[in-house]
Amino acid sequence: MIYDVSSTAIFIFIFFVLAVLGLSFYFARKTKSASGYYAAGGQINWAVNGIAFAGDYLSAASFLGICGMIAFYGYDGFLYSIGYLAGWVVALFLVAEPLKRLGKYTFCDALDSKFNSRGIKLTAAISTLVVSIFYLIPQMVGAGAIVTPLLGFPHWVGVVLVGSIVIFIVATAGMTSTTYVQFIKGGLLIIFSFILVFLVLNKGLDTTPDENYHQFISLNASVTDGKITAVDDNSYKVISQVNDKDLSFVQLEKEGIRSWWKLNSKKERPFLEEALSVTVKKDGTKLYNGEPKESRKFYQVGHIKSIKENGKEVEKTGAVGPFEFINKIEQSEIVRFTKKAFTADGDKVTIFYQNVTAGKDLLKPGLYYKLDKGATFWSILDFISLMLALFLGTSALPHILIRYYTVPSQRAARKSTIVAIAAIGFFYILTLYMGMGAMINGGLDIESSNMSAPLLAKTFGITLFSIISAIAFATILGTVSGLIVAASGAVAHDLMDKYMKIKMTEKSKVGYGRLAAVAVGIIAIVLGIIFQSQNVNFLVGLAFAIAASANLPAIIMLLFWKKTTARGIAAAIVVGMLSSLIIILFSPTLYEIYGYLPEEAPIPLQNPGIISIPLGFLTLVMVSLFTQKKPEPAAEKLHLEEVVS
Amino acid sequence: MLHEPAVEMGQDHSIQKKTRLGIILFLIYLFIYSGFVFIGTLFPKLLGEEFSGGLNLAFVYGMGLIVLAALMGLAYNYFCTRFENEMNKEVKS
Repeated sequence: MIYDVSSTAIFIFIFFVLAVLGLSFYFARKTKSASGYYAAGGQINWAVNGIAFAGDYLSAASFLGICGMIAFYGYDGFLYSIGYLAGWVVALFLVAEPLKRLGKYTFCDALDSKFNSRGIKLTAAISTLVVSIFYLIPQMVGAGAIVTPLLGFPHWVGVVLVGSIVIFIVATAGMTSTTYVQFIKGGLLIIFSFILVFLVLNKGLDTTPDENYHQFISLNASVTDGKITAVDDNSYKVISQVNDKDLSFVQLEKEGIRSWWKLNSKKERPFLEEALSVTVKKDGTKLYNGEPKESRKFYQVGHIKSIKENGKEVEKTGAVGPFEFINKIEQSEIVRFTKKAFTADGDKVTIFYQNVTAGKDLLKPGLYYKLDKGATFWSILDFISLMLALFLGTSALPHILIRYYTVPSQRAARKSTIVAIAAIGFFYILTLYMGMGAMINGGLDIESSNMSAPLLAKTFGITLFSIISAIAFATILGTVSGLIVAASGAVAHDLMDKYMKIKMTEKSKVGYGRLAAVAVGIIAIVLGIIFQSQNVNFLVGLAFAIAASANLPAIIMLLFWKKTTARGIAAAIVVGMLSSLIIILFSPTLYEIYGYLPEEAPIPLQNPGIISIPLGFLTLVMVSLFTQKKPEPAAEKLHLEEVVS
Repeated sequence: MLHEPAVEMGQDHSIQKKTRLGIILFLIYLFIYSGFVFIGTLFPKLLGEEFSGGLNLAFVYGMGLIVLAALMGLAYNYFCTRFENEMNKEVKS
């Protein structure tokens, strides 16, 4: 899309960044020990930690990705909200307190607490690195997406900017500054999301989102044997027609400007519907709706076609309550924009045509994950796999787990988890309203679903847009900081200190941690640029699947199965991680990134969890059973005596 | 050489009871969550049916899962705190 850079946006953005950097400078002076760097000295208040949990967890995926997915596919995006929140139940009821009892700085500490095994140290550190990097990719992609409209920079500048600031935050002050950045950002995100939802409800439903909204027009057409012969409006000239399965697109020319239209010839009276298009000409020139970018003819879209109130069609509803909003959407027809790409006369054309969708179809699953119409065995398996990975992934994310070490007691760990659940749950309820709000209020950039929440804010004024975008940017900073602390802990604490046994002083432990933070940050920057066009939420779903497959079997079985052995844990981490990675690498989405057709992918599954999570558990059980220590003779004798007595 | 906790923590005698409660609550939530996935997989049309007050089952079930998690969390904390206060006091006395 084409964005205007605003000075208000730049001012608010700079203010946020400077505030974050100031906080880091302040805490940097206090961070001298390894405990301070990796675990904030274990002295963070539970309420602060709870909101910091929310700040850590509500990443670019939650704010940008889920809202975007709801704005484009309706309820299917909300499935992520349900699953992400449900994952906290596992964290609270099964993992929080035992993990606090067992660990020191990292997730590896907890796993290794009973064994002192080099195998666990190595595999857990590698798994932490892999999960953190997979989780970092979408954050970086989100950073690029947000900086483009806010500051007018290209995507890669956004990625480098976030990467550099976060490396600075983490390398200077570690977990303490990360905690407070996450606390402030978590609080602001929830408050301003609530304001945004309040404005959406106050405005209600309206067939004209605002006075500047582009009015899409239709033209009557004459069609013979499926081929267009004339258009009723003489100022248009028919140039070409492209048929693709059931769809037909027509290129028209008016005053020297060519535009694409969708032909609806099945109705009694055939007509053409205006579409949006991006054309890359043979010479590389890019045209938006037939004109260069500077002409600003590519619009922010998303509107309601018809609203029904008490059986009557109305143009707008006025302010509505939260339940009434959902009820009214269900009775409405909403215009979504569906993408189609083809080649015409050597030009690469991507067209976004109007797709009128019943509100009741938007408020149940099925538009993204096919469960009903068009469902296949694999699409259903994908849905189950996603819900499984989201449910089990949260309590296996290393950057979330390390937050349990920043509080002083088990009770504080539990209480902070409950604060997190309340705050995160409230936010996730808001995502449905923000997503649907963007869908009906012209809040869609059809080229990037990730921009829906900030663009919805833009429909309520540039100030709110600037604040929301700056918070989104801070959201990314907070999460990326947590991830880099986790990854640097895995390298410096688990690998170098515990696995390789490099002799280090407290000071050099912090130094190596900082170096590792810089290295991981640079990797994240590069990957963030490569994965630019992917929906951030989808990418985070993959990180959840890897975490749930590699780490969760180890955590759960360590806590609840006495026969678990060190080799069993190490093997489960390796098998869970590799199997999930292999499925992802051969999945339809990755095949599309490689430049092949998604249908050619050897594994038709998008989400690996349904295969790789049980495989992780199975491996742990099998290997543990084969590697049980034989009881010592003395212990055996003692046991016999006990039985006899 | 073992990886000890970051801060010193006192003895907690209520661990067993808290663990049991955690497992029970987890299983209850798992059952309800699985119900949502089960309906979505086998009876997807049902999610689009009206449940109450013009709201469909998908909306009510989804929101319900989020609210339920928070309510169960509060209940869990209430009982765990009670166990800790009672059992750790008993041992001290």
